[in-house]
Amino acid sequence: MQELVKRANELLAEKRVARVLGWKAGEFQYSPQPAYFEKQEEMEEFVYNGFCGANLSKYMIEASKLEGKTLVFLKPCDTYSFNQLLKEHRADREKAYIIGVGCKGKLDIEAIKKQGIKGIEDISGIEMSDDTDMLTIGTLYGEKTCSYASAMLERCHVCKGKEHKVYDEVIGESIETKDSDRLDRVNEIEAMNPEEKFSFFQKELSKCIRCNACRNVCPACSCRKCVFDSDKFDSAQKANSDSFEEKMFHIIRAFHVAGRCTDCGECTRVCPQGIPLHLFNRKFIKDIDELYGTYQAGEDTQPKGPLTSFAYDDAEPDIVGERG
Amino acid sequence: MSIEAKEEFRPNIVAFCCNWCSYAGADLAGSSRLAYPADVKIIRVPCSCRVNPMFILRAFEKGADGVIMCGCHPGDCHYSTGNYYARRRMTLLFSMLDYIGVEQGRTRVEWVSAAEGVKFSATMNEFVRKVRSLGKNVRLEDLRCRN
Repeated sequence: MQELVKRANELLAEKRVARVLGWKAGEFQYSPQPAYFEKQEEMEEFVYNGFCGANLSKYMIEASKLEGKTLVFLKPCDTYSFNQLLKEHRADREKAYIIGVGCKGKLDIEAIKKQGIKGIEDISGIEMSDDTDMLTIGTLYGEKTCSYASAMLERCHVCKGKEHKVYDEVIGESIETKDSDRLDRVNEIEAMNPEEKFSFFQKELSKCIRCNACRNVCPACSCRKCVFDSDKFDSAQKANSDSFEEKMFHIIRAFHVAGRCTDCGECTRVCPQGIPLHLFNRKFIKDIDELYGTYQAGEDTQPKGPLTSFAYDDAEPDIVGERG
Repeated sequence: MSIEAKEEFRPNIVAFCCNWCSYAGADLAGSSRLAYPADVKIIRVPCSCRVNPMFILRAFEKGADGVIMCGCHPGDCHYSTGNYYARRRMTLLFSMLDYIGVEQGRTRVEWVSAAEGVKFSATMNEFVRKVRSLGKNVRLEDLRCRN
């Protein structure tokens, strides 16, 4: 972290960047938040640790409109989102000075709480420099430990790799934390019968409070005007319905980012209700890979997206039934 | 009550038909006096590509029991390539609906040319029969959207 602050201060002093986009300490140790830093003295508040899961790419849409360059810290998986925004001409490469930061998996406070660790006061082992694969957690009920891997965000278990796809310089080492296949859960759901599928999604989506956090955090969901902001929707209000209420919101949201979603997992990370929203995106990713050829959004800025192109011999929609 | 219960279930079917082929096909079915169920409500769209996936979900929310989309045969699109894009979109959308547990028989895409009045009427008859056997759509309906 000191290296990052030092380099940022250098660039600020040389006036090569007008501002720094990074993370600063939040209310709790486990809730750092994205922040701009414009002066060197402000950099004292800068933090970068295991809880800095927030993907800063989306902020570069606004930062691209500001005067001067913005120094932005991107983790390997965040660079996919940035690339995708470049491809869509939403972010400006000339306005960004990208420092790729090392990442050894990001932590999820909910994953720690799920292990029965309550009354958390402080957590050690989260700094990038800590050479340990255990977390030591001080709680109201004494000291507890858990492994780093067991406290990781869902997306880190299916890590896309330690390589930065776009950067000006890289500071720090990354390690690949992948320990399961990202389509495992999708395959499990696909194997269920329609009743089981429906009751699974009904159970999950009924928790949705339509806070729009998933939409607001999603780098792909960055339309200036969103269809769901219309107050003319009769489904904009909150009332009980007999199936599940927010299916349209979530299906359409996933559809709007289909072929552009880099599977960064921010939607699931920010959901206050803990809904596994990535399951929608990954279903589209799986279908696109199977039907239209393997495609990873944000890997580079060149090829056309799967939904903005076609092939003469594409499968007919009947294939949904035929695949069983 | 008892009289109502004996009545046959009449599904609400929404058919999106492209202006250039399928709508003309429906016209031909009509002028050739080929019968298809009155449960089918046709919505004319400029091209099958105009059909936003949201249209389909919206129809279901508002109480449709089945939605069918008809367009020109691939290769015959009035705008050259519209239906190729529509095909990809609909494939993904139907796959998603299947994934969340909606019966597959409720959605369908059929390519109907302006000369295929017979195919149009046969398709609609078959689709209505299928949806009727599936019964009322309760999984995608949204009570807030009733009017």
